Amino acid sequence: MIDSLAQQTLLDPAGLGDHELTTLLGTTFGRGVDGGDCYFQFACQEGWSLEDGIVKSASFNIERGVGIRVVRGEQTGFAYSDDIAMPALLDAARTARSIADAGQSGRIAVASRAPSRPALYAPENPMDSLDEQSKIDLLKEVDAAARAADPRVTQVMCSLSGVHEVVLVLNARGELTTDVRPLVRLSVQVIAQQGDRRESGTSGGGGRFGYRYFLENDRAAGYAREAVRQALVNLEARDAPAGTMKVVLGPGWPGVLLHEAIGHGLEGDFNRKGTSAFSGRIGEQVAAKGITIVDDGTLEGRRGSLNVDDEGTATQQTVLIEDGTLRGYMQDEMNARLTGVQSTGNGRRESYAHLPMPRMTNTYMLGGEADPEEILASVEDGLYAVNFGGGQVDITSGKFVFSASEAYRVEKGKVTYPVKGATLIGNGPDVLTRVSMVGNDMRLDPGVGTCGKEGQGVPVGVGQPTLRIDGMTVGGTQAA
Amino acid sequence: MSTSPERMAPDREIQALSHSADSLQDRVQRTLDAARAQGASGVQAVVSHSVGLELSVRKGEIETLEYERDQSLSLIAYFGQSKGAASTTDFSEQALLDTVEAACRIARYTEPDPHAGMPDPALKAGEWDDLDLDHPWDCDAEQATELARAIEAAGFAADSRIENSEGASVSTRRAIAFLGDSQGFMSGYRSTRHAMSCALVARDDAGMQRDYAYTVARHSADLDACEAIGRQAAERTVRRLGGRKLSTRSCPVLFVPEMARTLIGSFTRAISGPAQYRHSSFLLNAVGEPVFPDWMQIEERPLTPRALGSAPFDGEGVRTRNRPLVADGVLQSYTLDSYAARRLGLESTGNAGGARNVTVKPGERDFAALLAKMDTGFLVTELIGQGVNAVTGDYSRGAAGFWVENGEIQYPVEEITIAGNLKDIYQRIVAVGTDVDRRGNIHTGSILVESMTVAGD
Repeated sequence: MIDSLAQQTLLDPAGLGDHELTTLLGTTFGRGVDGGDCYFQFACQEGWSLEDGIVKSASFNIERGVGIRVVRGEQTGFAYSDDIAMPALLDAARTARSIADAGQSGRIAVASRAPSRPALYAPENPMDSLDEQSKIDLLKEVDAAARAADPRVTQVMCSLSGVHEVVLVLNARGELTTDVRPLVRLSVQVIAQQGDRRESGTSGGGGRFGYRYFLENDRAAGYAREAVRQALVNLEARDAPAGTMKVVLGPGWPGVLLHEAIGHGLEGDFNRKGTSAFSGRIGEQVAAKGITIVDDGTLEGRRGSLNVDDEGTATQQTVLIEDGTLRGYMQDEMNARLTGVQSTGNGRRESYAHLPMPRMTNTYMLGGEADPEEILASVEDGLYAVNFGGGQVDITSGKFVFSASEAYRVEKGKVTYPVKGATLIGNGPDVLTRVSMVGNDMRLDPGVGTCGKEGQGVPVGVGQPTLRIDGMTVGGTQAA
Repeated sequence: MSTSPERMAPDREIQALSHSADSLQDRVQRTLDAARAQGASGVQAVVSHSVGLELSVRKGEIETLEYERDQSLSLIAYFGQSKGAASTTDFSEQALLDTVEAACRIARYTEPDPHAGMPDPALKAGEWDDLDLDHPWDCDAEQATELARAIEAAGFAADSRIENSEGASVSTRRAIAFLGDSQGFMSGYRSTRHAMSCALVARDDAGMQRDYAYTVARHSADLDACEAIGRQAAERTVRRLGGRKLSTRSCPVLFVPEMARTLIGSFTRAISGPAQYRHSSFLLNAVGEPVFPDWMQIEERPLTPRALGSAPFDGEGVRTRNRPLVADGVLQSYTLDSYAARRLGLESTGNAGGARNVTVKPGERDFAALLAKMDTGFLVTELIGQGVNAVTGDYSRGAAGFWVENGEIQYPVEEITIAGNLKDIYQRIVAVGTDVDRRGNIHTGSILVESMTVAGD
């Protein structure tokens, strides 16, 4: 029984029934093929943006298409079409199949896979969760809250976006899986000016639900006030220190540390190919005792969560590091098969026009025992960083960076003054061995992260408790 | 594995665009007509289509073979001073109507903006000289396989420490796009882009390093030879082995052209219209001000034949022209589309879609002479992370490269940061090399900066 929305959106308009899907399977897969899929996708997206106090622009985009992938050994043939119609599908199928032996195709029956657990998000179109005027009013509320927060606020830019995505995966075994995925995000950036100095602050949140989330608990105005607070802190910031020192990271979004330092290095493709600094290190200690890190695609409503990944595999909680020891990698089907393990439900792709790869979902460190206050009080001389922009990693050398956007100097156990944003650099395989204290305040990020790999962006989440790291290089301008 | 050519070459012409120019132009016209029928006072529509092939080989075997075929239709509809935008990849008649309807529906909700509207007709492109951008490459999967294998093999052969590969790839893409608007503009052109690249991994006792090399051009004849790409990837990878940290210090920094490009990229973003009217630029209101040393010249050259950033008109149909951005170190102009121009009380500079072929005039020294001029300092060959604050110009990025003494490379350096403020970094540029890299939208040689803060141990 195919999900009726997926059927109505993706199959019915092209007149694709069981007979056509069976023909497509027979043309695409069969003898000499180890795996692959036909990935049908419909995605519509809207974006509303406010600037200068008015909602002056908005956009609406529709993408519809199918990507056909044929895998044989370590080889992949791939073709896609914006046209979901039988002739175009068969053409793409024959093209993708050119990678494999030109053997006889067998008959593969279509079998729908039922969900293995309750859905993590409702299959509603988030764009319908508020009427257009209410979306505009929401952005105006953010603008008003930011301007009311402080007279030094000179610019407020905010945007509201929603995505409604319907996917249907028909794999080489004939298994058919569907998923309907909502995604919303509200972002705000403010600029505050004092004399000649201007600084910015950003905030926002979102997840897999409707827009009403932003109306609850004063969230939208809360984002505005948070962005203003950051901008005002930065107006007072002094030059950041340069050199190696103790660093305390705040809870939540600073978990981008984990995403860069170890997350990418534990993706199955790099490890199968032996190009990751973590290759062949399962069972080794790569973090201090007491540190456990998981990738979990099963958190309800989170930005990085999925009922099933883009290969139709149910997502799961995968333990990456347990009590400091490396336990496993994140896998998609191809890399799992080639290394003799099971997919962990991490096969993701940006769209039908891209190939799936092992990707993170929500990656976070479990909480520890320490009181965050006690962690700060233990630092004689160091940096306390609570907000970050993005990061990047060289998975082969293990070197990674992430850039602080709100940080403070810590002296004699006290937070003394704000410092300008600076990039922190470290070595993935050993940075977590230097974690000396783990807070009891584990928090997930507010739902704003997008991860880029080989040119493909996918929504992800991160999280962590407050951490003390004894020795990271801080890239400021003032000799420490 | 032996893969016969027959299997690798399905019966489809890689470079054959499946939509004709006439049919795309017709689609643009129908979009304009549909929006006018809905009451739009002004409308712009773009239809684009591209086809391509990308093949990668790893350790001598084909790893991926991708056939790309993309199409999209997008429009902006104005109802007086209100606007709405919509796009679709679906080329059915119904999707066209739905997309127009979506743009018009949105425009009924967005609020009037006094600066919104169509471009000044007097600035539109008329006839233009052929920019020599369309050179289809008859490279099928079989030939791409041979080329990629040759690249990777040259890399493995270059040094015994190359023990692994992330693969060599060959890609070719041809695109056609038409832009039309309700002022009667209707124009389009074809363009091609071909590339080859290779990423290798080397190992020694201290660990692994990865690096890459690439070549990209409008015409396949302008691509570097396979052997050169493979060898360059190997040399770049092996020379990183044994990298060390530096102690924290201030010292001169020499950016190789690929990294120098990122410094100039921050400059082009800072002088863009939105950065100016949002007051989110570290070069706010800087026209007429000295931004670089008085010997530096920077031009935008969108009309350079065959260049990767060239275009005869911008995203609104406004003609592009070669013009100075920085003369004798002084900022001459911002990069503006029609909206930004009206916001700032200026004229569009033909920069809807960004600046094109931003070109820093080379100095007199080649790379070796720049090393000698630096004498002692840090040569940066890789930057990672974002770390640039566009509002303040504060700059702090992860870096890798080499320590240089007496003008000679001493040893590889990694896991450090370089920091400063871009306003200051620009003023402290000492020299620009003759080793210009044209593989992108910013053309510059190596850039030597007098001093920056290096953070390490």
